[in-house]
Amino acid sequence: MTFVRKHAVLLSLVVVLAIAPFLFYPVLVMKVLCFALFACAFNLLLGYTGLLSFGHAAYFGAGAYTTGYAMTAWATTPELGLLFGVVTAALLGAVFGGLAIRRQGIYFAMITLALAQMLYFFCLQAPFTGGEDGLQGVPRGKLFGLIDLGNDDVMYVFVSLVFLGGFWLIDRIIRSPFGQVLKSIRENEDRALSLGYDVDRYKLVAFVLSSALAGLAGATKTLTFGFATLTDVFWGTSGEVVLMTLVGGVGTVLGPVIGAVVIIVLQNELADKVGSWVLVILGAIFVVNVLLFRKGIVGEITARFNRT
Amino acid sequence: MIKLSLVLGVAMAVLIAACSKSDDVDEKVTDGAIRIGVLTDMSGLYSDIGGQGSIVAAELAVEDLGGEVDGKPIELVSVDHQNKADIAAQKVREWIDRNGVDMVTDALNSAVALATSKVVAEKKRILMVTGAATTRLTNEDCTAYTIHHSYDTFALANGTGTAVVKQGGDTWFFLTSDYAFGHSLETDTANIVKKAGGSVLGAVRHPLSASDFSSFLLQAQNSKAKIIGLANAGGDTINSIKAANEFGLTETQNLAGLLVFITDIHSLGLPVTQGMYVTSGWYWDLNDETRAWSKRFFERMGKMPTMIHAGVYSSVIMYANAVKATGTDEADGIMEWLRNNPQSDMFGKNLTLRKDGRLVHDMYLMQVKDPSESNAAWDYYNVRQTIPAANAFQPLSESRCPLITGGSS
Repeated sequence: MTFVRKHAVLLSLVVVLAIAPFLFYPVLVMKVLCFALFACAFNLLLGYTGLLSFGHAAYFGAGAYTTGYAMTAWATTPELGLLFGVVTAALLGAVFGGLAIRRQGIYFAMITLALAQMLYFFCLQAPFTGGEDGLQGVPRGKLFGLIDLGNDDVMYVFVSLVFLGGFWLIDRIIRSPFGQVLKSIRENEDRALSLGYDVDRYKLVAFVLSSALAGLAGATKTLTFGFATLTDVFWGTSGEVVLMTLVGGVGTVLGPVIGAVVIIVLQNELADKVGSWVLVILGAIFVVNVLLFRKGIVGEITARFNRT
Repeated sequence: MIKLSLVLGVAMAVLIAACSKSDDVDEKVTDGAIRIGVLTDMSGLYSDIGGQGSIVAAELAVEDLGGEVDGKPIELVSVDHQNKADIAAQKVREWIDRNGVDMVTDALNSAVALATSKVVAEKKRILMVTGAATTRLTNEDCTAYTIHHSYDTFALANGTGTAVVKQGGDTWFFLTSDYAFGHSLETDTANIVKKAGGSVLGAVRHPLSASDFSSFLLQAQNSKAKIIGLANAGGDTINSIKAANEFGLTETQNLAGLLVFITDIHSLGLPVTQGMYVTSGWYWDLNDETRAWSKRFFERMGKMPTMIHAGVYSSVIMYANAVKATGTDEADGIMEWLRNNPQSDMFGKNLTLRKDGRLVHDMYLMQVKDPSESNAAWDYYNVRQTIPAANAFQPLSESRCPLITGGSS
């Protein structure tokens, strides 16, 4: 029972994921999962370390492009492609994070945004990304050279496993002593420093972990859809992930997942119903969020439950 | 904690269920109807040249067809892809898998068109691109199920390049947007200008979405070239045209827009754009047929159609004709029929589908009118030259399409 209690959130996600494809269009669920993982990775930084990175699309996009490149140019298997994407995103996170964590607050956010914009313009001009046409026609390939991911059902299982793995890892990090140190840095950086923690190193490790997981999300998205485009590295995507996290509930384990579901499903389902009003509606949701439920959907519900 | 996560899980499920309920379509109807999807940008930078107008154009086509083909109703669906290829590809996949969409049209934005073409080819449906300009659609990324309808960057560069040199504009200087699209537009046009006997005096690269064009324009002015070729798009084109006027460039030199739509001319106004050369696949004031159609369009939209709108109309008509002739909505048969039977409609005569997916038709070189010549709103162009279909597009012999070269796709 303790196992169930400890992993209640994860287990309920498994149940939801097992039922979801029978109720909803599987490709939409896969997309939601990719963005949910992205938002969870972002939440590790904003929610648990207190660092607002405003350029997280850089790592998402870096993972997306490099995996796409590895899959098309070198015809690697998907697991190696994913690994390549994750490693690239992590390295990029180490470089960008190493520069950005030297400053705090708004300056940190601006530096991450500036560096992400540099990557955007690099992707716009670099020959292998295809510029504004995007990197197209990425094959899904065969997992370990054996399992053909071309089938949507197989791909669904694969994406679900990647998501659950990423989610479990983040959950594990948050609960670990390392995660406790991150939280203490979030609450009071000076005090954490005075207790003898090397705050910069902790921040950097959190940043790299977050970028690697964001890269994993981007890489999985490329495999699912078969392309990577400039949207993946665009600042708008960085903004979207902030929105998802805030709407769902910053600093809660499940919040970013719920936020991603809300935003992605709205984007998709409203696209053919209200047309150009999608952005207005998303903006309105954000305003309502800030005015009425600042803790986000999950944050508010948790607060209610705890009160009673 | 368990209780909480259960509640959240159920809430999540209910939320998605509520939103995707409308997608469940009775499977039997799928075969009994012709479903056409308009994939366009309703809110972003392309919404003027496509957007709502594309939907209206498709509706006009359905009306002209009497709403049915051989007793089978034509149904339209549309989506705002928000200029995101992932939304477009996922939505089109869903359209085909769950809603039984047979043909997708418009597909503005080259990343969207390329991503969608892969999905459509995989599912064996048909994509008629009237919005996107990239020649990759009929070269490296061609498929047997994509038709590139109204125009492409080669046709624009070719039309403007050749024709302007013939009209006496034999020295060129390029103002180029510094990324792949700008570079390829510049190279294509420069080659064409040289082939036609002109010379290129130089080029200057400006960053994407530049705010200040003054130093670039001074270089263009100093080059003393007769023609300044604008190898950029959208806001950059508009801003560079405005700046060129402020600097008095247009008094001594002529601008040649390589990707300019009539809506751009409309928003800039004739005093700023007069004398500029533009290539287009279609213009509302070409003949009685186009004028009559555009009048109907204008009544609903309050503005004149672009060549993309006319292309959407034409693509729906073409598709319906093919379904009628073949008696099926099976994609291979329809593509085969279209390749063998050139079509004529309001968009143009003798629209011929090549094996690489390029729909070949006449293109037109326009010059923007003097404000004194223009009799009414939207009366903007003088047709200077008709570029015959045979010379308007990239020759099939130069195509890098695997279907032509025989390589694996």
